[in-house]
Amino acid sequence: MDNICVRVKDVTKQFGKHVVLKNINLDIMEGEIFGLLGPSGAGKTTLVKELSGLDIATSGENTVLGQKMPELKTINRIGYMAQSDALYKDLSANENLQFFSSLYGLKGKKQKERIQVVMELVDLTNHLNKLVSDYSGGMKRRLSLAIALLHEPELLILDEPTVGIDPVLRKRIWNAFYQLNKKGTTIIVTTHVMDEAEKCDRLGLMRDGSLIAVGTPDELKQSTNSSSIEEAFLVYGGEVNED
Amino acid sequence: MRIKALTKRILRQIVRDKRTLGMLIFAPIIVLTMLHLVFNGESYIPKVGLVDIPDSLSANMDFSDAEVTTYDNARDAEVDLATQKIDGYITIADGNPSIYLEGSDPTVNGETLRWIQSTFANLQESHQQKLDITYLHGSTDMGQFDFFGPVLLGFFVFFFVFIIAGVSFIRERTTGTLERLLSTPLRKWEIVTGYVLGFGIVTMIQSTIIAAYTIYVLDMMMEGSFFYLLVIILALSFTALTLGILISSFANNELQMIQFIPIIVVPQVFFSGLFNLETISDWLSWIGPVTPLYYAAEALRDVMVRGYGWNEIYMEIFVLLGFSILFMILNILALRKYRKI
Repeated sequence: MDNICVRVKDVTKQFGKHVVLKNINLDIMEGEIFGLLGPSGAGKTTLVKELSGLDIATSGENTVLGQKMPELKTINRIGYMAQSDALYKDLSANENLQFFSSLYGLKGKKQKERIQVVMELVDLTNHLNKLVSDYSGGMKRRLSLAIALLHEPELLILDEPTVGIDPVLRKRIWNAFYQLNKKGTTIIVTTHVMDEAEKCDRLGLMRDGSLIAVGTPDELKQSTNSSSIEEAFLVYGGEVNED
Repeated sequence: MRIKALTKRILRQIVRDKRTLGMLIFAPIIVLTMLHLVFNGESYIPKVGLVDIPDSLSANMDFSDAEVTTYDNARDAEVDLATQKIDGYITIADGNPSIYLEGSDPTVNGETLRWIQSTFANLQESHQQKLDITYLHGSTDMGQFDFFGPVLLGFFVFFFVFIIAGVSFIRERTTGTLERLLSTPLRKWEIVTGYVLGFGIVTMIQSTIIAAYTIYVLDMMMEGSFFYLLVIILALSFTALTLGILISSFANNELQMIQFIPIIVVPQVFFSGLFNLETISDWLSWIGPVTPLYYAAEALRDVMVRGYGWNEIYMEIFVLLGFSILFMILNILALRKYRKI
């Protein structure tokens, strides 16, 4: 549990003059569920995109699983689930899974086995051969998650995995996270839902491109004398409001 | 392995989309059939009036290709000309023939004049020996469709591949699947190659069907080998494919992709030999040699009309492949926007 899985060092990201990430420093340990919490526009997605190799920092360094990102071999060890469901709607769930698993080099019996396992995990086994265009929003979300899990990644990066999903389904998805976590998968989740934040081992609070606090949910509440993460966030957030 | 997966996925998507598949194959067939009917229709029969032509002269005239009316005076002919009952009339004043034309339709003017000239020429040259004409390429049977056909065939393949490849790549971008692909270890050149292979297979089938239809059903002139024709078309469709994908990087949605048609696709038709290139004004004539269709049309005509083989067409094929490779490299560079490595 003490090994560092992700190290973000002095990372700044600029799009033109617009600064999206301001000097971020963060360590995420192996085997933890780490939540990035903050309002939309805080820079969460930009940060996780850098960690998954899709983007690079303007300055500073991202190290993931001991490798400076972006690096193709490391990308192979990361599971990434984007904010939008990136699925081929004209293909069936099975065809989507086959396609993505081939990209990770899974084939034949192994491929079939993995598809079975991940679909069971997200509870979609009965809908394997349905066209994705016939899936509901929640089912698509779960299928996206299943695809991210196909190659048994050591690090799972999930960008708003439960946005627009009802509480029952959200609970089910979180159960899947816990199961994976128990097996040693490190999970990074971005969210702007406060009650979801409570479920993480540790949290990073983000606002306007800055990481304003890091700690376990309890630590964050205690050090601000708040009864909820929401209150704690407001206390931390207030300090940086002037810029 | 990864390229194969991508190729397989693209083929699956195309096969599932029956309408697009139908458009790829039947739209060119329908349009080529219509053009065939338009260009190879009956030739126009001019309606000509003869005013005061001596019987000695008109007796020797060949009236078979025109509708001839005789008038006693020019005024009656004038009236019929104004009401378009005749296309033109001839009168002989002071021993010199004069021709009056209705004049509002260039095609009609041309046909009328041609008939009059050939009729009068026959009168004068009837005793002389007939000219012996030998064709290096083509024949008297060669119609306009045979001349335009190779260009049009190339154009339709180019047009449909360009649109469909471009739009499907846009979809890949707007639905987020491109980003998803790049979050896997898939390399950028593998994406471009997978696309080229997937659509390459489809266009191979598409162009075989279309070419076979135009040659064997519409009876377009075909002097050379069908194999070379396919090689040219395949090289052209690679160019269309890579250009379509490249252009799609500059469009944010399908509509914007369509907007590139009048800019990128249509001008190529004008400079590909559909119209005589030597009469194009100098400040525009440089456009032809930078458009892929120019080379494809030339090579297609070499094979279909002139019956040439590899030695005459390989330069054009290499230019087309060169275009494709250039576009592929630019594509890979354009993808850097989405992932740096």
